Amino acid sequence: MTYGRGLRGLSLATVATISLAFALVFFYAPLDADQGFIQKIFYVHVPLAIVSLCGFIFGGVLAIAHLRTGDRRWDIRSYVAIHMSLIFGIAGLITGSIWAKASWGHWWEWSEPTLVSFLIVLLLFATYQPLRFAIEDPERQARYASVFAITAAAFVPLNFIAVRLAQQYVHPRVLTLGGGNLPGPMRLTFLISLAGIALLYVTLWKYEMTAKNARMQLRAARRALSGEDTIAPLRRSAAPS
Amino acid sequence: MRTVVTVLRKDLLLELRTLETVPAMILFSLVTFVIFHFGLNRATIAGQLAAGVLTATLLFAAMLGINRLFVAEREQGGFDAFLLAPVDRTALLIAKAAALFTFLAVLEVISVPAFGLLLLGPSLGPPLPGLIAVLALADVGLAVIGTLVSAIAVHTRARDLIGPVIGLPLLVPALIATARATGPLLAGQGHTSPPGKWIAILALYDLVFALLAYAVFDFLLED
Repeated sequence: MTYGRGLRGLSLATVATISLAFALVFFYAPLDADQGFIQKIFYVHVPLAIVSLCGFIFGGVLAIAHLRTGDRRWDIRSYVAIHMSLIFGIAGLITGSIWAKASWGHWWEWSEPTLVSFLIVLLLFATYQPLRFAIEDPERQARYASVFAITAAAFVPLNFIAVRLAQQYVHPRVLTLGGGNLPGPMRLTFLISLAGIALLYVTLWKYEMTAKNARMQLRAARRALSGEDTIAPLRRSAAPS
Repeated sequence: MRTVVTVLRKDLLLELRTLETVPAMILFSLVTFVIFHFGLNRATIAGQLAAGVLTATLLFAAMLGINRLFVAEREQGGFDAFLLAPVDRTALLIAKAAALFTFLAVLEVISVPAFGLLLLGPSLGPPLPGLIAVLALADVGLAVIGTLVSAIAVHTRARDLIGPVIGLPLLVPALIATARATGPLLAGQGHTSPPGKWIAILALYDLVFALLAYAVFDFLLED
């Protein structure tokens, strides 16, 4: 099984889409009448958050495949998906915080339900790696991590519903998910940014899978060539390999 | 079904003879009320603040029970014995959730009146039926998620840490719904039935996680 196939084309497509997105953000999308230049962080922040949430759910779906088939490779895929989503999610939280400071004057805004639900989801998934690290047996680690990933993926939409309802007066949502009521040029820019960030996620996922896969094959080849004893056993780790 | 009753009886009997978990949960909740009294520097509280204090206290007290839930199985080899027996594994989930639900009910029978006595401004009498309904739904959620989290955490090295760290974020929506549903009840303005919206959310949350726990619990027992 190789993951390297098509990686070059994918990487080039990612670079091209992200470059196009940034060009559109700076030279094409109009300045927001209220917020001015800082509103442009929206084109990075919202795609990061959406891609990271989709990545968490993707990780949960891969975990279902792991539990159904018992094949460790699905666990590795699920791990890489969640691990990438965590990085994207933290980046999304930081950019969101900067945007909140610039447009509302606070680093954190409790009345913005999307921000709050996102924080709760991130806090939950942040326990994924400590959980893996706390289980020594690799087979059990994979199984328990998959159970956790499925539970947490189901938690994502429920949590969004609960937090959204908990806000008594949601301020007018100009920027809904999917860019529902954005003016045309802004929507086009947003969609291309979203595609760029999604491609970046897929590319990074594929890169890490390729690296892990190559390392596993190398170890297997070494073991076959020079015998079981010459390879040092793996140290305990949160990452499956 | 017989397996469920047997395991549940075993758990309740164990708790009755050792009195390890529930008294600790009750004491914890009482001490927390005292801490809230000094922390908030208020003689009485009402409304949403009271609901928040009550819900947070019950949640943290529940965490103590959740941490202990599978410890006996782990230490005495009960997991192996259960796996050797020719019974449905889901029975363990149901029995453990029922045991946790019972613990929480006993905890609330004592700590909710104590809360009314120590901290709550308005009288506890009129909204009591509504409060019982909300807490019962909340307990179902706590019991189901608690059992799942406890079963995950008990096999980890730092189980006392992993349990709350996973469990608390998972329970945040239940906490929101419980606190919002009890808020109007404790306001002392004659509301006796909790807001239907939050009851519905709490029920939905319980249902989804019950189904989810049913689906994944088996994988936590394989060995």
